[in-house]
Amino acid sequence: MGTVKLLKQIDNAFFREVGEIAQFTARFFQTVTKPKQEWEEFINQCFWVGYKTLTLVGITAFIMGLVLTIQSRPTLVEFGAESLLPSMVSVSLVREISPVITALICAGKIGSGMGAELGSMRVTEQIDAMEVSGTNPFKYLVVTRVLASTVMVPILSSVGIAIGLCGGYLGVNIRGHISWNLFWHQAFEALSFGDLIPSLIKTFFFGFAIGIIGCYKGYNSKKGTEGVGQSATTAVIVASLVVFVLDLIAVQVTDLLGLT
Amino acid sequence: MEPVIQIKDLNKSFGDNHVLRNFNMAINAGENLAILGKSGSGKSVLIKCIISLMEVDSGEMIVLGKDIQLLNSDELDSLRAEVGFLFQSNALYDSMTIRENLEFPLRRHWSKEERKKGADAAVKEALEDVGLSHTIDMMPAELSGGMRKRIALARALILRPKVIMYDEPTTGLDPITSREISNLMLSVQKKYKSAALIISHDLNCIKMTSNRVIMLIEGTRYAEDTYENLRKSEDPKIKEFFD
Repeated sequence: MGTVKLLKQIDNAFFREVGEIAQFTARFFQTVTKPKQEWEEFINQCFWVGYKTLTLVGITAFIMGLVLTIQSRPTLVEFGAESLLPSMVSVSLVREISPVITALICAGKIGSGMGAELGSMRVTEQIDAMEVSGTNPFKYLVVTRVLASTVMVPILSSVGIAIGLCGGYLGVNIRGHISWNLFWHQAFEALSFGDLIPSLIKTFFFGFAIGIIGCYKGYNSKKGTEGVGQSATTAVIVASLVVFVLDLIAVQVTDLLGLT
Repeated sequence: MEPVIQIKDLNKSFGDNHVLRNFNMAINAGENLAILGKSGSGKSVLIKCIISLMEVDSGEMIVLGKDIQLLNSDELDSLRAEVGFLFQSNALYDSMTIRENLEFPLRRHWSKEERKKGADAAVKEALEDVGLSHTIDMMPAELSGGMRKRIALARALILRPKVIMYDEPTTGLDPITSREISNLMLSVQKKYKSAALIISHDLNCIKMTSNRVIMLIEGTRYAEDTYENLRKSEDPKIKEFFD
């Protein structure tokens, strides 16, 4: 009986949270269309999102490209398909690795940052102070951050693809030799719009989800400093999970549309 | 004369916890009204209901002649320009300089042209009022507790409000700084001829700043009089505060 009750409570909490996030998202769409946009803060947030994660995304993408090439090489050599390495690396990076890795890094860095920053502002009454001063805190804080992460994650993912391919070029040249021009020619030749467009579209969704969840957790933070910590942690966990779920959906949709 | 704030039969509860019960009060122009009560007696909830940061269960709140529950968000924002609010925690924006903190309320209520022409002078005057002109380019984290309180007061003053609400203005400050803040509240009132609603349990602050005191006990208006008269009261519940 106790276990059933516990499961019911967990279920209730889960569905309540899903409902609240849906309400928060609906509020975002209601607010974003209202006039007087906070462009200055939006640009500021875009800079911070890019600035905070570019180095991390770059280093991770480079290592992923390098490792992927080095680890795939023996298998391809076995089948006499070593020349397909640039194509394989580019398709892997564009379709899956760069979007997902970038989104996970952003979930960790931006999601937790938003959760902690807005959470701290909530518990120190800074959000109330904004409201009292006549500024809509939802528009100023949430809308700008969500839009910034929606715009910046695809850009970061694209940068990640380029840097990851550089890592792949290095990986190919550790054991073999391929010219810079040939590597890029082969990498691009293997790609089609069916690879690029779905990848780009899903990163917009990843960025939006990271922004919404980070802001939702921070904006609704409670219980003082303990709550701020909880907001930051749960923002990362939930955003990372949602990234995987969205990726799964994106793969299914791409498959259904025959783009794979 | 019409009161600047009038509250009628205000009720507010959180679940089974009835914080405010049929609460009534009125503040006249130029008057300093203090609400005295224990921690958890509903003082801060009252002040947040008046500025519409919290919704009430029932009752009527007329602020500067307008029923705040009937206002749409734009009307409420306009009304808020005429009501200054000093938060207990100061609520200064950590990531902004003092200048940006003070300019923040102007961005909603002044046009771009007005801000270009007058924001700098308004910020400097507000800082002069609180005696902290030199902090203009500093960050809130670089200031002491008393200085932060003064800056928060300067921010509350920048739009020249007709009413200023103080939520525990001296909490957490040493006695000397508390006295300085109380004196500052008086000088501000003298200069801007504003009314004030002071929420506090600091008797010295209330003694120095208030014209009238309401005692809030268990969410109701238990007593109302001047500080001196309440201090002389023989009622055990009132005496408890002054002993």
